[in-house]
Amino acid sequence: MMDGNEVLRVLALARTDEVVVTTMSTAREWPRFSRREALDVPLLGCMGKASSLGLGIALARPERRVLVLDGDGSLLMNLGSLATVAGLAPGNFVHFVFENGTYDTTGGQPIPAAGVVDFAGLALEAGYRAAYEFDDLDELQAALPTILGEEGPILVDVKVEPGWSHSPFPRRGTAQALAELSAYFGF
Amino acid sequence: MALEPALTTRGMLDTLRELGVTHVVWLPDSESGFLYRALAESPDLHLVPIAREGEAVAIAAGLLAGGKRPVVIVQSTGFYESGDSLRGLAIDCRLPLLLLIGYRGYNPHGPTNDSAARFLEPVLKAWELPTSVLLSDADLHLVQRAYHQARQRPGPVAVLLGREYQA
Repeated sequence: MMDGNEVLRVLALARTDEVVVTTMSTAREWPRFSRREALDVPLLGCMGKASSLGLGIALARPERRVLVLDGDGSLLMNLGSLATVAGLAPGNFVHFVFENGTYDTTGGQPIPAAGVVDFAGLALEAGYRAAYEFDDLDELQAALPTILGEEGPILVDVKVEPGWSHSPFPRRGTAQALAELSAYFGF
Repeated sequence: MALEPALTTRGMLDTLRELGVTHVVWLPDSESGFLYRALAESPDLHLVPIAREGEAVAIAAGLLAGGKRPVVIVQSTGFYESGDSLRGLAIDCRLPLLLLIGYRGYNPHGPTNDSAARFLEPVLKAWELPTSVLLSDADLHLVQRAYHQARQRPGPVAVLLGREYQA
């Protein structure tokens, strides 16, 4: 298993101009690593819908790659979105799932079917073009340039340790981030 | 006996086109079911089919951030299901979003026993969403008004579809 913070660090290194949608633990920690705040959208008040928000951005801006940094508990709240994404098949959509089997933001309670549910398998069976699993940071870092250049939709299940997030939720909220992203695109 | 004026797919789609709507985020229901074929065949209105209504507002939020002009079409039952998305995104982020909500069980002539209908307007009022009820093509100006109102607030505005479309 990997440290989620280290996963974010290597993601930030590999990222170029992708929009990044975060939620829960990833929303708390990503600002420490990101160098493109105007392209970051933390989803703070709408549980489980990071994949849906990212999908909307991906459909609106097909020329721009969108990375969704989801949680395993969050994705379970919106599992149907896998089928929605697969049906629309946005080629610019990369869906990371930080899997640690727990609801970290509420104290580490286990998610349903922790360690049993197969997120990469679910994505493939739903119709994602590809899915990957990583539990080794070096292997993830080596694969990222290829994955970030592939045709989507892609799901990347990163196995991380429980309790990896300790920062407070960011002061830059969803409304501000959406407005800044819209301004970045010229609207 | 005179026929009641109809609510037609053509009238609705023409209205959405006139408003510059680009995407219709939608899960089928009996009130809006006839729209599907027309939307699927429309080259200028992009249909975004969803698996559950809670996805709709979040997808629309992303489309709005990317410069598109989406509307959401769901039934009242799906509106109830999508409460957290509506609260946490559309209301809290003041998204200029038009919601067309199928008014299941609505009876324009009196009370209804369908709780999906009985609770709808009180819930929308509690959530401070401006609301109007659409019964026929003669009311399509309400869609235009609501769309502009959503952009002016900015924030979500609901138009309730009080009867089923005719093809």
